Amino acid sequence: MSERTTARDEILGRIRAALDGVEAGYDVPPAPRIAPLADVVAHFAERVADYRAVVERCSAADLADRVAAALPGGARVVVPPGLGVEVPGATVDDGLSAAELDGYDAVVTEARVGIAETGTIVLDHGPGQGRRAITLVPDLHVCVVRADQVVADVPDALPLLDPGRPHTWISGPSATSDIELDRVEGVHGPRTLVVLLVQ
Amino acid sequence: MSGTFVGMPKFPVAARAALGDAQLRHNLAHATATIRAKRQRLVDEVNANCDWEALRLAGAGVKESALRSLDEHLVRLEETLTANGATVHWARDAAEANAIVATVARRHGVDEVVKVKSMVTQEIGLNEALAAEGIAAWETDLAELIVQLGDDLPSHILVPAIHRNRAEIREIFLAEMGRAGRPAPAGLTDEPRVLAAAARAHLREKFLRAKVAVSGANFAVAETGTLVVVESEGNGRMCLTLPEVLVSVVGIEKVVSTWDQLDPMLRLLPRSSTGERMNPYTSTWSGVTPGDGPQEVHVVLLDNGRTNALADEVGRQALRCIRCSACLNVCPVYERVGGHAYGSVYPGPIGAILNPLLKGVGQDKQTDSLPYASSLCGACFEVCPVRIDIPSVLVDLRAQVVDAHRGGVPSAEALAFKGAAVALSDARKLGLGERLAGPGLRLARRAGVIPGLSRWASARDLPPGPRESFRAWWKRTDGGRDE
Repeated sequence: MSERTTARDEILGRIRAALDGVEAGYDVPPAPRIAPLADVVAHFAERVADYRAVVERCSAADLADRVAAALPGGARVVVPPGLGVEVPGATVDDGLSAAELDGYDAVVTEARVGIAETGTIVLDHGPGQGRRAITLVPDLHVCVVRADQVVADVPDALPLLDPGRPHTWISGPSATSDIELDRVEGVHGPRTLVVLLVQ
Repeated sequence: MSGTFVGMPKFPVAARAALGDAQLRHNLAHATATIRAKRQRLVDEVNANCDWEALRLAGAGVKESALRSLDEHLVRLEETLTANGATVHWARDAAEANAIVATVARRHGVDEVVKVKSMVTQEIGLNEALAAEGIAAWETDLAELIVQLGDDLPSHILVPAIHRNRAEIREIFLAEMGRAGRPAPAGLTDEPRVLAAAARAHLREKFLRAKVAVSGANFAVAETGTLVVVESEGNGRMCLTLPEVLVSVVGIEKVVSTWDQLDPMLRLLPRSSTGERMNPYTSTWSGVTPGDGPQEVHVVLLDNGRTNALADEVGRQALRCIRCSACLNVCPVYERVGGHAYGSVYPGPIGAILNPLLKGVGQDKQTDSLPYASSLCGACFEVCPVRIDIPSVLVDLRAQVVDAHRGGVPSAEALAFKGAAVALSDARKLGLGERLAGPGLRLARRAGVIPGLSRWASARDLPPGPRESFRAWWKRTDGGRDE
């Protein structure tokens, strides 16, 4: 314990010595906002599709059918306990292990926020979204985003999120450009992302 | 596993070797030009409906304000992290940080950990330190995996294996994957898609069984006790989510004050780094979340020279760096010599200032050579998302290097300038010097060497000496009136 205290005190001491005579107050200039978007939801759909994710718009009445259509026949599907749409035959996650999750082909979840300018879906892993692991291990992620969840840009999204919760920001499928900068979609996360945008 | 930068030669020596590698230069030119163009397209896009420069000013401001009261922010971060169920450790240097990580791993009885790509754990040599304790540290980023399996060194902050082409990567996977775990499949081709799939299969068994993961962090939010990791492949999410224990090593300069200040940072970083509007995955976590993710969370706050940099009046702005690597991609020096010549995990323009600032000047020749690895063209400052004035810091560090070497045996350069000072101090001495310069230069051009300056002159052509000096001409023609 004393070693830790020593390191802590020494580092803080060095910082205070280094900053001796430096004015502490500093006015952070406000970050600029983007010009208002004509159609936030259409912009979101366009930008998500730009990452080579599949984007489909549908009505609330059609949602269950569209979810079923997005899942390949015979796929083993896992869903979070609070999912608001019926997925026949799906397993409800009750704390499946990573190895067990590896046996599933697809996951269906909701989202917390959509960000139009960057084409981003933010999960806060609430009841309709489930634990972080379930949207990570299966190879296909079908994500339901309501049109009224879509905001214009990053600064509009942050205040809606509770920092106490874990978050996953998803912008298209997993990708790498590590080999000769040749983009490959799908490394460790879901290789296919389907976004169902509900009006 | 992977190599070490210890004992690297001075920049000019290493650069000369790199310049002779045609494959390396081809790969670098392709990589840097591609990322540069992607970034520029997005900056233009931002300027169409927003203001990139104002965004940069805001980004610089967020980091600068955090640094100016860094002590208060770190104390706050420690409080909030602890309240969120995380254990906070402090490490003065690499050895202390490595020992903390090793202790956590040993306490859980593991002989392996999985790692998210992190600059800071490379800086402290964590993999080697854990290996010495019998603990294997598996890199899970594709490029880091290539570097690790090839017993190689990273050459770029963002794309560390950019010096390797697909055929080389295939060879490395075929030869080495089996020794580290699941072997590469028979019939492996050099298609990037096929190579990435081999990495997916190889690493998945490691993700599924790993008990302990190690990460860095891109940002640490003091107000909320939140860490943020920005990535592309999903290997980060695997490490941050599946294991039972997570240890994050975080440089003390990563702190930002508030959650809302993640904007503008999350708008600046991906656009500057990979040239994307947003990277595929960003994970944020605030300590332990019951029932979701690691249930034992450690955060190691690391100094390792950062307080040296903070004490440097001109250089402290380097601590704003968010490791985007935009400065590498625009640097004419980096583009030609690549990352290895800088002898550090931090290459390019930012490495040329960060290494001397962290380690101090006057300690070793390799570090002291870095502030000179620049043409001072200023492109790095122009693209930096947090407005680090790298050229000014380089010039200041050059002065510090010169000051650190005063009093010893004078260098040829110092002697030359001493000579110049004598000649320029007096009109008669200058006239004599001018009369000698013409014949002297002609002689040197014929001989091809200047005594004592051969190293300086090896990369430069000597100009032909003028037939007549300006002052001799002025005297002969009465200032041009008699010409």
